[in-house]
Amino acid sequence: MSDKKLSVKHLLGTKDLTLQDVELIFSQADEFKEVLSRPIKKVPSLRDITIANIFFENSTRTRLSFELAQKRLSADIVNFAAASSSVKKGETLVDTVNNILAMKVDMVVMRHASPGAALFLSQHINAAIVNAGDGTHEHPTQALLDAYSIREKLGTVKGKKVAIVGDITHSRVALSNIHLLKTLGAEVMLCGPTTLIPKHIESLGVKVEHNLRNALEWCDVANMLRIQLERQDVDVRYFPTLREYSLQYGLDKKLLDSLSKKIVVMHPGPINRGVEITSDVADSNQSIILQQVENGVAIRMAVIYLLAQNMEMRK
Amino acid sequence: MIDSKLLGLVINRLCYQLIENHDDFSNTVIIGMQPRGILLAENIVEKLRSIQPNNNIRYGIIDPTFYRDDFRSGGKQLIARPTEIPFNLQNQKVVLIDDVLYTGRTIRAGLEGMLEYGRPDSVELMVLIDRRFSRELPIEPKYIGKSVDSYDNQEVRVMWKKDGGEDKVILVSD
Repeated sequence: MSDKKLSVKHLLGTKDLTLQDVELIFSQADEFKEVLSRPIKKVPSLRDITIANIFFENSTRTRLSFELAQKRLSADIVNFAAASSSVKKGETLVDTVNNILAMKVDMVVMRHASPGAALFLSQHINAAIVNAGDGTHEHPTQALLDAYSIREKLGTVKGKKVAIVGDITHSRVALSNIHLLKTLGAEVMLCGPTTLIPKHIESLGVKVEHNLRNALEWCDVANMLRIQLERQDVDVRYFPTLREYSLQYGLDKKLLDSLSKKIVVMHPGPINRGVEITSDVADSNQSIILQQVENGVAIRMAVIYLLAQNMEMRK
Repeated sequence: MIDSKLLGLVINRLCYQLIENHDDFSNTVIIGMQPRGILLAENIVEKLRSIQPNNNIRYGIIDPTFYRDDFRSGGKQLIARPTEIPFNLQNQKVVLIDDVLYTGRTIRAGLEGMLEYGRPDSVELMVLIDRRFSRELPIEPKYIGKSVDSYDNQEVRVMWKKDGGEDKVILVSD
């Protein structure tokens, strides 16, 4: 028992989280990591909670990770993929979700293509909302697991230099990472072609660099983002060809080995092997990509566990 | 209720009771309950190691938080603390240690959590303070430091030198 609790009722973005919130999530994730290493990897805490996973956009890793986290907490879950639903028949977002809630669901994990969809839902729906990605806006659990993985690898996040490389404009992972890393006291540098870095992004307190080698020499951790081919508009070309992008901003083993220090390499997945990083970098001992995936389950367990306690008490 | 001198004697007695029943501890493990039980458990383990330096006393800690029955019902936040059980409990004798036994609900949660680590041969409960007549579940200790009769509006506080105070047990009324 403790006075500690999350300051938020929903997890909409890392922008809303205080340092105490993040420390609480990390401390609980530590305990859930221990649970995941047990012979029986399951605790009964959420046995009376029902969670709906609503994915209006494709996802493999995030949905699987959320689902595993929920199952390890003994929650009941229902899954919903927009492709096979009444959304195709013209039902609105609020109607869809309200219909699901009418079946007594306590929490909604949602991914949606529109920025702000999770916020909108939290204002109209009586359930705890976890944002699993809303368009190009935020993806808070990814940023939490990224920072947690840095903390695990380097001992702390505070004072570390993190370079986020690639398509910043279309990346919800980048924005969530920036907010969270700043809260935790890290320095952040964004690196990519001018067309893929939003104007005035420096106002968030980050550095901008267009030369990959300079960024890598500066940083302790490089988070290599995926080139989001599905978000490139048909008429607008952000870079001439993938090959040219790869030559300018791709990280290969030769470049990694030529740096003056050993940096940590991260990637939120799914990897376009040979575009943003090469296979030998992704599989090298400086990469913590698989640890990120592993930590994702523990982080999501912690978030769901803490949010569930903030919900209205059972009658 | 108990001052530091008496507490030393009580811990001594509890240790010899354990030795009487568990001999060289080859098949016995000691598990302390988070958060306050581990302070007593550490004292017991330390004492056992000084009495029988040749025995390997295995010691773990368990946090009952995830197994509590009052999740989302009391308005209290249940924040988990570390669990460390670096051995299998299959066919072991377990001595579970907590500082104060009151309703028995925390012990029930701890038992459930412990069973995830294997099926022990037996489980015995040791508590420093047994608050009699206030049990809500059929759970009884085998080793008792001191039994007390107390009212529901009273609180038993066990303090330890390691915690920054002095070793003592006090009864606080509202």
